[in-house]
Amino acid sequence: MQSNGTLAPFSLSIKDLPWQILWNKDKCTLCGRCTATCPVSAIELGVFRKRQVAPAVAPALGRLEAARNAYSLYYGIRQKTDPAYACVGCAMCSLVCPNDAIIPARSDEADKLRMHVDRGGQPRRRGGRRNVAGSLLDRIKFMRISMLTDPALDAGRHEFELRTLLGRVLPPEQSLRFMADNGWVPPVREIYPLIIGGMSFGALSPNMWEGLQMGVTYLNEELGMPVRISTGEGGCPPRLLRSRFIKYVILQIASGYFGWDEIIHAIPEMKEDPCAVEIKYGQGAKPGDGGLLMWHKVNKLIAAIRGVPAGISLPSPPTHQTKYSIEEAVAKMTQSMYMAWGFRVPVYPKISGTSTALAVLNNLTRNPYAAGLAIDGEDGGTGAAYNVSMNHMGHPIASNIRDCYLNLAKVGMQNEIPLLAGGGIGKAGNLAANAAALIMLGASGVQVGKYMMQAAAGCLGSESDRCNICNIGLCPKGITSQDPRLYRRLDVEQVAERVVDVFLGFDTELKKIVAPLGRSTSLPTGMSDALGIDDHAAAERLGIRYVV
Amino acid sequence: MCRLFAITSQEPLSPMVALEALDVMREGHDGSGVGLFLRDLAGPFEDIKDAPILSGIFSEAGLRRLDSFMMDIGFMTKYKISIKVPKTPPPGVPKRDIYLVRAYEYPEEWDGLPQSELYNRLLQTRLTLRAMGEEQGDMIVFSFWPDVIMIKEIGDPLKVAHHLDLNRKELHARIIMAQGRQNTNYAINLYACHPFFIQGFSTMTNGENTAFVPIREYLMSRGVNGYSGYQSDSEVFTHILHFVALRMGLGVEAYKHVITPLQDRDLERHPNHDLLRRIKQSCRKLIIDGPNCVIGCLPDHSLFMVQDRKKLRPGVVGGRPGRYAFSSELCGLDAAIPEREKYTDLQPMHLDTVIVRADRQEVSICNQMEPLRLSR
Repeated sequence: MQSNGTLAPFSLSIKDLPWQILWNKDKCTLCGRCTATCPVSAIELGVFRKRQVAPAVAPALGRLEAARNAYSLYYGIRQKTDPAYACVGCAMCSLVCPNDAIIPARSDEADKLRMHVDRGGQPRRRGGRRNVAGSLLDRIKFMRISMLTDPALDAGRHEFELRTLLGRVLPPEQSLRFMADNGWVPPVREIYPLIIGGMSFGALSPNMWEGLQMGVTYLNEELGMPVRISTGEGGCPPRLLRSRFIKYVILQIASGYFGWDEIIHAIPEMKEDPCAVEIKYGQGAKPGDGGLLMWHKVNKLIAAIRGVPAGISLPSPPTHQTKYSIEEAVAKMTQSMYMAWGFRVPVYPKISGTSTALAVLNNLTRNPYAAGLAIDGEDGGTGAAYNVSMNHMGHPIASNIRDCYLNLAKVGMQNEIPLLAGGGIGKAGNLAANAAALIMLGASGVQVGKYMMQAAAGCLGSESDRCNICNIGLCPKGITSQDPRLYRRLDVEQVAERVVDVFLGFDTELKKIVAPLGRSTSLPTGMSDALGIDDHAAAERLGIRYVV
Repeated sequence: MCRLFAITSQEPLSPMVALEALDVMREGHDGSGVGLFLRDLAGPFEDIKDAPILSGIFSEAGLRRLDSFMMDIGFMTKYKISIKVPKTPPPGVPKRDIYLVRAYEYPEEWDGLPQSELYNRLLQTRLTLRAMGEEQGDMIVFSFWPDVIMIKEIGDPLKVAHHLDLNRKELHARIIMAQGRQNTNYAINLYACHPFFIQGFSTMTNGENTAFVPIREYLMSRGVNGYSGYQSDSEVFTHILHFVALRMGLGVEAYKHVITPLQDRDLERHPNHDLLRRIKQSCRKLIIDGPNCVIGCLPDHSLFMVQDRKKLRPGVVGGRPGRYAFSSELCGLDAAIPEREKYTDLQPMHLDTVIVRADRQEVSICNQMEPLRLSR
């Protein structure tokens, strides 16, 4: 703008944006890859006019030349300051630059953009995670180290059986009695305690989804690790439904019922039962809000699998519309889901972390069909949500899981209803340590989503609001995009390979945690005496040791 | 690591046999305490097998409270052993007023009660006495059960034995279990001393129980009276045995399948895989993970030994028909039954449950991989 021009309230300078593009004119070859690859068109070709003052020249002979302005042009990169095109910090420009001439840098102060992203009265929506770094889980230490009085076990050479159970486990007396009487016993699956949490076909690109499924299949069939993956709310490709691989899959049903027409019709043709059915009532990243697949991503394929028209946004209602109480939910939905597969498939609800989790749990304890309870904490991720829901709504997972476990222990059902914890596990990269902490606080297993996206596919998202544009289908890595030009960047085989890497690495680390605690033959669920934290209030709240 | 010794013999034996065996193994314990469990009693208790015997340590005031409490219920003293101790105990042994071993006659109102109810009342009486004692610090109660005597004290096993003059005819028994304690706490609570006892089931253990907290939480939430205390992480072994027998209705052969279940690949091949998988799943919270050798005694007078899944603790069984012993170390066994054929000695491994039944004729080995023959 001119110095005497007018300003709009949302006239921002580069300094006001969260990310500044640092561009080096000397290194730049002007190849144009950065502007072509920028998912949000934050940078464009800039034509810069430069004035130079040429000083007066007094030649030995001839006329004196007066000082003058010399104008030249150069080409380069210009960062847009329109809020709609603000840089998201994904750094794809750096990735593609042949000369390392460009990189986004985080602003040294809070940006002003955040006050202007709601132009048109539409508050910010995005994908990703809560923009809060750090996690209480990272502060929990494992301290009951076996020393002298009992030998620490050998993580590399002893036998380990770190499995968990998914399904309603009957108390011993009842289980034996039902066996004698030939009575119905709820189905129970023995699975690996690290579960790939619900990320839908639609939220994820076909390549990402296929890569995850292939990795899970390899883990099961080649490495004997019973790893399971949840579909999220978006149905399941028809061929997978009719394949033997469906037994590694947890089918999720949520309030939009997307994809369930296809699933129900496939039941008679299924070769195997699915691992379980997860009824989603809530999600940690956006508690009390339904799923949201924005129109950008609803292409023909997604629309076909979900049974909806293409090109429209798909907001699931915040609640299952036919049910207004948990009794109804359990009676209608859980039992009918059991019935659909002849009472051979465990069915369990997934809720977002909430201070009312105990009320849900108490209801479930009284229903023999409840196969577990998955709780998704506030640090969970999502493909699309309102910024305010993500940053400010929800309940931390640690105390939620602990309260629930202690409540089960009080009523004596701690072995009967498995608790699955999700949300922020491995947030700072410490996947096994976070998972082990939650297991020792009382979880039977953990669900992870974001970590798999980061580790298996190179998702760029972070707690400092980097990228986080999963919602608009422009994922520069092709993980959450439905645009073939983007998702073909992602190699399916390599995703599968990384999934296997992650699980094998996790397995070794988990053993490295439990072996020094003297545990190997069973997953140490509820072994809270092993845990300590350097925060007195947190220690008291979680019922673990305070250590400094 | 504590040292364990148990013996079962057709001929009644003095408790000194076990205490001397412990003494041979004294390099393995620190003399910080001893626990003794006697069953299938001889001597004066031979003829009153059904009378419940109260074992414990009392102060004078505690004894008065005990008497009035028991009389209120209607228990009459039938027989008692008076253990008069010298005024000055040996170094390391606390001064006590009375070591009580007293057999009672059941209250008249209890006549005709079904056995299960009778046994529940005996348990409740012991728990009430224990709570009363903990309130005022004047009584410590170890057992209250027919044909069972328990004595526990702080100090070197042999010194305690001489101090209490345990080599007396009244204390001869056909089953003796003894533990020499390796103390891992500064303050010694006698309720943390092995063997532990509940309703006819007794076990003693060495090693650490790394899964103690979840197991304790699980047992305490079973709603079973008596699943309490837990001053020692080993007490859960006794309660799990009680749970397996009484709540699940399974024999001792199933005990190891509960505490150290087979791995999945072995389960699949096992002829009882349906039952065992169910046990493994529904008793998941009772799986132990520590290095432990458990020696126990059942109400039917069987003695057994099981090891942890990795067999990280020593244990040997040997003897001859009519007399068998279970010992942490071979030298203990040598001391107690030197005349046996040593080549028949057996060191139970990670899959074995070794049982000597009440007839004391042979050592039977129950391997977890074999079909499960339940004795109940």
